[in-house]
Amino acid sequence: MPWDRNQMAARAARELQDGMYVNLGIGIPTLVSNHIPEGMTVTLQSENGMLGMGPFPYEGEEDPDLINAGKQTITELPHTAYFDSAQSFGMIRGGKIAMAILGAMEVAENGDLANWMIPGKLVKGMGGAMDLVAGVGRVIVVMDHTNKHGESKVLKECTLPLTGKGVVDLIITNLGVMEVVPGGLKLLELADGVTEEDFRAATEARLV
Amino acid sequence: MKKLYGSAAEALDGVLFDGMLIASGGFGLCGIPELLIDGIVEAGVKDLTVASNNAGVDDFGLGKLLATRQVKKMMSSYVGENAEFMRQYLSGELELEFIPQGTLAERMRAGGAGIPGFYTKTGVGTVIAEGKEVKEFDGQEYILERGIFADLSIVKAWKADETGNAIFRKTARNFNPPAAMCGKVCIMEVEEIVPTGSLDPDAIHLPGIYVHRLIRGQHEKRIEQRTVRQKEAV
Repeated sequence: MPWDRNQMAARAARELQDGMYVNLGIGIPTLVSNHIPEGMTVTLQSENGMLGMGPFPYEGEEDPDLINAGKQTITELPHTAYFDSAQSFGMIRGGKIAMAILGAMEVAENGDLANWMIPGKLVKGMGGAMDLVAGVGRVIVVMDHTNKHGESKVLKECTLPLTGKGVVDLIITNLGVMEVVPGGLKLLELADGVTEEDFRAATEARLV
Repeated sequence: MKKLYGSAAEALDGVLFDGMLIASGGFGLCGIPELLIDGIVEAGVKDLTVASNNAGVDDFGLGKLLATRQVKKMMSSYVGENAEFMRQYLSGELELEFIPQGTLAERMRAGGAGIPGFYTKTGVGTVIAEGKEVKEFDGQEYILERGIFADLSIVKAWKADETGNAIFRKTARNFNPPAAMCGKVCIMEVEEIVPTGSLDPDAIHLPGIYVHRLIRGQHEKRIEQRTVRQKEAV
C-alpha cells in the first residue's frame, strides 16, 4: 500500500532535529506539525512574520491579526516572536531557517523544482516559495509520485516554470523516499508494500 | 507639524494623482489599510500601479480598487484569492508583475533605505531572472533587483502616538513597515491614537519619521480563512 497523506507527513517529520527552525508549506507539509516527536523542540516559521506558530484557535478565539502564510487563523506559543516581512525573508534568505518542507507539481533529477505556475491555467503566484528554496538549509519535497493522469511527477527535466534550480535535497512521495545526488536520484526507502519495480515504473527520472 | 487628519479623504487630499505608484501594507486581508483603500476608491484616481503582496478579495481590500478599474498594474507575489483579478488579468486589462514575496519586501525596504538595487539568489534560473543582470559572488549566482520608490505608501498599524510612532499587532505587521518606508508620502491608519509619551520608546516598531499623515478609524478586519480546533473533552 502506498503511503497516505499522514504517512508521508510522518515520514517527513523523521527529518526534523531538536532545536530546528522550520518552514512548512501548505497542504501535506502542514500535517508534518502533527508528527513532531515527543520531547523535540521544533520552531515553525510562518513567512508572513512569525516564529513559534501554534495550533488553530478554539472556536470563538480566532484573531484576525494572527494568521499563517495560508491565511488561516492560528495561535501563538510562549516563545513566539513577530516581525515584519523584510526581516522574515531576511532570515529565510540568510540561511537561518534549517529546513523547508514544500509541496510540488514537478521535481527533476537535478533538484529542479516547479510548484507555482501552469502557464495559461493557474496563475496565482509564487508567494514565498522562490525565496524559501533559494535560502533555507535543506529543501524537502512531499508530494504524490504521479499526477491524476498517472504520469510521473519525478522527471528527468521539469516541464513547468521553475521555482528554483537545483534546490531540492530530498523527495518524499506516496511510493518512497529519494535523495538528490550527483547524476540522479538515489532511492532510499520504499513505502510499505511498494516494490522497486513499481517504484521504477512510476519514476521518469534516472535512479542511481 | 500636525500629522493627525480627520478622515481618509482629508489625509489623501492633495497626494493622489493618476498613474501614481502606491505601496500598500498587508498580507492577505490581515493588516491592510482598509480605510485608505476605501478613500482611494472614492477619490477615483486611475491608472494606478499598486505594489502589494496580495490583491485582496473581490469585495474587500484592494479588490475594491480592481472592481472600479482604477488599477493598471499590480506588483504582487500571490493573487490567488481574487476572481475579478484573474478575469482582468487573463483578458489583458490588467498588468501583473509577479515578484517573489521576500524580494518584494526587500525591494520596499531597500527603496526606503536609499538603496536603488541589490543582488539576491531568489529566482536565479527561473523566469524571474529574465532580463535581469546576473552577477557571481564567491562562486554563486545572484540577480539584480531594484528598490521600490513609491509615490505614496498606505499602511495600517495597531496604535500610534500623535507623532506617528507606531506599534503593530501580531502578524498584522507583515508588509506594513517596509511599505511605509518606501513612499515619498506615507499615510498610516490606526485603531487607536495614544497620547505622545505613553508608548515605551524601546517598543516602537516603526518610528514616526516614516509617517507623514495619520488617521484613526473603525476597522472591519475580515478573516480570510477561519480555521478552528475542537476543545478536547475534559
